[in-house]
Amino acid sequence: MSKRIEVRDLNVYYSKFLAVEGVNLAIEPRSVTAFIGPSGCGKSTFLRTLNRMHEVIPGARVEGEVLIDGNNLYDPDVDPVLVRRQVGMVFQRPNPFPTMSIKENVLAGVKLNNKRISKSDADELVERSLRGANLWNEVKDRLDRPGSGLSGGQQQRLCIARAIAVSPEVILMDEPCSALDPISTLAIEDLIEELKLKYTIVIVTHNMQQASRVSDRTAFFNIAGTGKPGNLIEYDDTTTIFSNPSVQATEDYVSGRFG
Amino acid sequence: MTVQTERPVEAAAPISNSLTAGRLPKSAPWTILVVAIAVAAAVFGVVSIGTGAGFNWGGALFVGALLYIPSIWLFSTLVEGRRRAMDRLVTALVTGAFLLAMIPLVSLAITVITLGAARFDADFFSMSMRNVTGEGGGALHAIIGTLFITGAAAIISIPVGLMTSIYLVEYGRGRLARGITFFVDVMTGIPSIVAGLFAYSLFAIFLGPGTRTGIAGAVALSLLMIPVVVRSSEEMLRLVPNELREAAFALGVPKWLTIVKVVLPTSIAGITTGIMLSIARVIGETAPLLIAAGFTASVNYNLFSDRMQSLPVYVYTQYANQGNPPEAFLDRAWAAALTLILIVMALNLIARLVARFFAPKFGR
Amino acid sequence: MSVTAPIKAKLRVGDLIFSRSAVFAGSMILVTLAAVAIFLVVQSLPAMAASNEEASILTTNFWAYVGPLLFGTVWAAALALVVALPVSIGIALFISHYAPRRLASVLGYIVDLLAAVPSVVFGLWGIGVFAPALVTAYAWLNENLGWIPLFSGTPSATGRTILTAALVLAVMVLPIMTAICREVFLQTPVLHEEAALALGATRWEMIRTAVLPFGRPGIISASVLGLGRALGETMAVAMVLSASPVITFQLITSINPNTTAANIALSFPEAYGLNVNVLIATGLILFIVTFAVNAFARWIVSRRKEFSGAN
Repeated sequence: MSKRIEVRDLNVYYSKFLAVEGVNLAIEPRSVTAFIGPSGCGKSTFLRTLNRMHEVIPGARVEGEVLIDGNNLYDPDVDPVLVRRQVGMVFQRPNPFPTMSIKENVLAGVKLNNKRISKSDADELVERSLRGANLWNEVKDRLDRPGSGLSGGQQQRLCIARAIAVSPEVILMDEPCSALDPISTLAIEDLIEELKLKYTIVIVTHNMQQASRVSDRTAFFNIAGTGKPGNLIEYDDTTTIFSNPSVQATEDYVSGRFG
Repeated sequence: MTVQTERPVEAAAPISNSLTAGRLPKSAPWTILVVAIAVAAAVFGVVSIGTGAGFNWGGALFVGALLYIPSIWLFSTLVEGRRRAMDRLVTALVTGAFLLAMIPLVSLAITVITLGAARFDADFFSMSMRNVTGEGGGALHAIIGTLFITGAAAIISIPVGLMTSIYLVEYGRGRLARGITFFVDVMTGIPSIVAGLFAYSLFAIFLGPGTRTGIAGAVALSLLMIPVVVRSSEEMLRLVPNELREAAFALGVPKWLTIVKVVLPTSIAGITTGIMLSIARVIGETAPLLIAAGFTASVNYNLFSDRMQSLPVYVYTQYANQGNPPEAFLDRAWAAALTLILIVMALNLIARLVARFFAPKFGR
Repeated sequence: MSVTAPIKAKLRVGDLIFSRSAVFAGSMILVTLAAVAIFLVVQSLPAMAASNEEASILTTNFWAYVGPLLFGTVWAAALALVVALPVSIGIALFISHYAPRRLASVLGYIVDLLAAVPSVVFGLWGIGVFAPALVTAYAWLNENLGWIPLFSGTPSATGRTILTAALVLAVMVLPIMTAICREVFLQTPVLHEEAALALGATRWEMIRTAVLPFGRPGIISASVLGLGRALGETMAVAMVLSASPVITFQLITSINPNTTAANIALSFPEAYGLNVNVLIATGLILFIVTFAVNAFARWIVSRRKEFSGAN
């Protein structure tokens, strides 16, 4: 169910502006990889290139290759819509569809694609996804209520349930806890622990404690100055990055000396 | 009598609050207003006794309110100084501006309701003007015509306007989008009579001069309606948070399904409101229909042949072509005006209710 | 790890149909406007060269016919604007800064009610109620202020003068102008307002130093948009005004210039032959004038976007 991601010489542009330059890295299946770095260093931009979500922004384009189990996402024949069904995404702020109930939100990936699904299959999928997102016990009595009525943390877990309902191979998380309180954050972190048994997870975070708690590998991105492109500085096991980094800038950042 | 002469007196008082010194008491403006109106009423009373004419209540109130403005300024200057006097003057002027605008509104409402009630009866809604030369008759043909013409205009305008706004928000980039935005602006400014002239000459070229049909009226109205629909729908679509589009894209939903199933349902309440307001705007248009659809005394169910009466044109023709007795024609005109206003108000009200009760909550 | 086939693109028919129809709808607007322009020009050209022998409503030639109409249009709209502008600024200030916040939206709705009244009803009211009510006021104006050229001449006995028409127009453009002014006044940065109040400014001084300068571009675009509306307004003027083909600045006599739009509405139902083209040609000129006015308004609005000092 999970796949290996390999990135080769990736440059990301917004129109003419080079936002991220020369990234090479490999992400192993069934692991949690954290991207850390100061604001504006391009870690979110880079994350969005892993399921071609950056194309939603006008003028954004990439050079280089992103291989998922050896298939290049940027091959001219590849349909970005199908890529996104394999590589799911959870956003910074929880964004359940306001017109849909909790149940419909979970089924959104199926229903919005005009796929037919029997009622029993649907119920089973809803329960499985919500259990997978540790939300089932909290919402099982109110599946037909609007998703926007939940708390922020619950909404975010609903979004995770929605993402895993389409059975992706990879889940990208773009600062999923930055809009949440500490208790909800803890719930999401616990969930990530469980999800990594099945999925490849890539998480962008501003919170270094979070990176050290949840991730197996950590990539540190940095930016030389405003207007300069972001670079991948160091990519290693999380313990190494936080205890014994090989680059001075990484050490400065993780020890809180800047950023 | 200046401020200086008063201050020592107040300072001598044992527990005087220096922050309240030199201010008019709270009741002062009201007192001044009442006195001003009383003075005006006295003057008008003398005039009405002198000339034998009836007492003009409206005039007395109006002049009284006018008198209040310089009086409050004068008193405030004496007690509070120039800066506060200026403030009070502006407060009076600004409030006055609002009340001034209420005069035509109230007068219109009273006139339309009282004069419109005379013929606001069952006959009015069940009879046409066919073979009616004096009293009696009704506006059935005009009501049917208005429904048909406005309905046809809506059928033309809503798809075009909605799809255009979708283009502008979801697809539009570069020169075509900028061009369309610009020309929608231009369309917003087309005088309604020019829209009527266009529709008339369009049909005159294909069907011969002098052709006046319901559909020509509908084309004229859509020319006025499309830009309103585009503008309001565009605004509503832009209010849909991008995060929702991204959430759908991230689930592997194609763009068109994202628009149809996520963006439109989220904004449907606002779009409906905008469409209803645009209908309310064109349903009262007279000039383009007078030119493009003409007027008639009979019921016509066919949009594509012969002239078609509509309510606003009915109001105008009843007024402009008064027969004998003229009161019958004027009564019908007012009754039609009342009907028209009620329809427009109902559309406005429903539009606002839709906006209030069906808008999705973004829950943040 | 299983090897899956590469993800291939497929042609999405839905996407294609949907985006094409969106482009089509947008292009329809361009086509329609082009059609409007072409039709009006084609129909107008014969009229511009016509003489009074070919078109019976002309007295000498087309330009002598359109001159007074154009004057009347601009004159009535300008008068309406002069009346409506201060009042709408006052109402907007009242709603945004004087009335209690809870009432603001209700008061705004009440003013918007005026916009819901169809112009033909304004016409009916203007001629049935408003014009007769103004007769005594006109007589008084003429008696006491007759030395001002505007109020000279013999006052109208019916009240159906250009001033009455302009006042009705002013009432009709009030809602749109008030709405725009109110909007910009409400957008005044609270920090600016509080800065003024903290310096001990009275409410009026706060408005003068913070609100009005911020709202000036909005006021200008509101007045230009109001002017555009007033220029094209038809039925109310057609019904209220008792008009003749003259150019005069006298406001309260029974001899008044007509406006282009009202003249078309009044003459069109009976027009035949080349007279139709003459009226369409006056419509084209009206279109050009309103287009110029609206273009000016847009220019101001776009300038405001670039230079808005706040935010």
